[in-house]
Amino acid sequence: MLKARVIPCLDVKDGRVVKGVQFVDLIDAGDPVEAALAYDAAGADELCFLDITASHEDRGILLDAVTRTAEHCFMPLTVGGGVRTVEDIRVLLRAGADKVSINTAAVKDRAFVKAAAEKYGDQCIVVAIDAKRVSADGEPLRWEIFTHGGRQSTGIDVLEFAEEVVSLGAGEILLTSMDRDGTKAGYDIALTRAVADSVHVPVIASGGVGDLDHLVAGIRDGGATAVLAASIFHFGQHTIREAKEYMAEAGIPMRLDP
Amino acid sequence: MRVAILDYGSGNLRSAEKAFERAAREHDIRADIRVTDDPEIVRVSDRVVLPGVGAFADCKRGLERVPGLREALMETVEQKGRPFLGICVGMQLMADFGREYEVAEGFGWISGDVVRLEPSDPDLKIPHMGWNTLRVLSDHALLKGIETGDGGLHAYFVHSYHLGAKNRGDVVAEADYGGPVTAIVAHENRAGTQFHPEKSQKLGLALIGNFLEWAP
Repeated sequence: MLKARVIPCLDVKDGRVVKGVQFVDLIDAGDPVEAALAYDAAGADELCFLDITASHEDRGILLDAVTRTAEHCFMPLTVGGGVRTVEDIRVLLRAGADKVSINTAAVKDRAFVKAAAEKYGDQCIVVAIDAKRVSADGEPLRWEIFTHGGRQSTGIDVLEFAEEVVSLGAGEILLTSMDRDGTKAGYDIALTRAVADSVHVPVIASGGVGDLDHLVAGIRDGGATAVLAASIFHFGQHTIREAKEYMAEAGIPMRLDP
Repeated sequence: MRVAILDYGSGNLRSAEKAFERAAREHDIRADIRVTDDPEIVRVSDRVVLPGVGAFADCKRGLERVPGLREALMETVEQKGRPFLGICVGMQLMADFGREYEVAEGFGWISGDVVRLEPSDPDLKIPHMGWNTLRVLSDHALLKGIETGDGGLHAYFVHSYHLGAKNRGDVVAEADYGGPVTAIVAHENRAGTQFHPEKSQKLGLALIGNFLEWAP
């Protein structure tokens, strides 16, 4: 039976993990490779690097981190942030990423998703959607895509966009609620469920995890097949193992390999 | 032992190379692991590994684009009988035909076609992506010492098509995803895994080690 996935996400800036990973004694908490190894050992099902390096010219450092991580971690790695061209994807896959996540570039140019999927296969193209609720209380729920860290509205309907990028070849949707991101109030379950019900590809729930019940809800109520979280793991509030055991006890099929 | 991992432009092979090196170390095997597109290196290798990501026909074309590579692969595997391991689309290429986007001919080593997954439960997502367990149909050296079954170790899958083998005897293991999904096939000196052993942590490293020790 296929298991639900728990994916820790590391923000990487100029080749360094922002805020660091503090749940184990790492020699260098800011080294993405050390952090990746720690999560590998902890039983993470996949790993996600989000590159928040401001300048495109400094990508080399990220690529080096991806290469070193892929050499030591025998688990799937998704890399996103600033992916704009098919060449960006080629370079990341070449460095050792298994999947590449496309965000703003997919919003600006849908044809890019198609070109990327045709070139490298649906299985490695993740489209990251940053969604914000735009409907007022009492109105039917509606979400739009926001870019620039949730500051800039695009007027694009999330469900329509999700269906479109999947028809163009996105193999997975990484869905982040910008309303919930950083709040610890839990995933936007209505949003997650709406997207999961409208596309046939896996959906990763993201944004707002504050406790382990939120992870359970993302899968059970939101219909996601994977849950992404950052701070609850990085700061040692919970280990990956605890999270997975908790989810298993709640009746979700989990991988608990020794 | 010389191991050739065929590089024909299908994705990154660095993690495959590293996984083979680590498995060799863990199994105490002295192995020279080469990621290569050189037909001469393939010809003198003791084991051949064919990875593959993307679409079936694309992979096939990629392989044929390197002059002499396909011929070297056939010679080494079919005539010299060296052990072969296909991974993901590399495994699918062992079939008669692939039916992803267009019909393309495979190697014809495992009788059957590569067809789209059609889970009985319409809520199940495609691609089949993530960790699944294996149900063993016939024991095989590749699975030596590996815990399988519902309570066993997991393998990492990411695919929308699978090899529908005609002869059940060629299927070593299946995964369940709204019906059986072909996970491992083997015939004589040729084996293939739909999942990615190089991404499957414990199970993957153990399977690679077994492949290096396999004496078909």
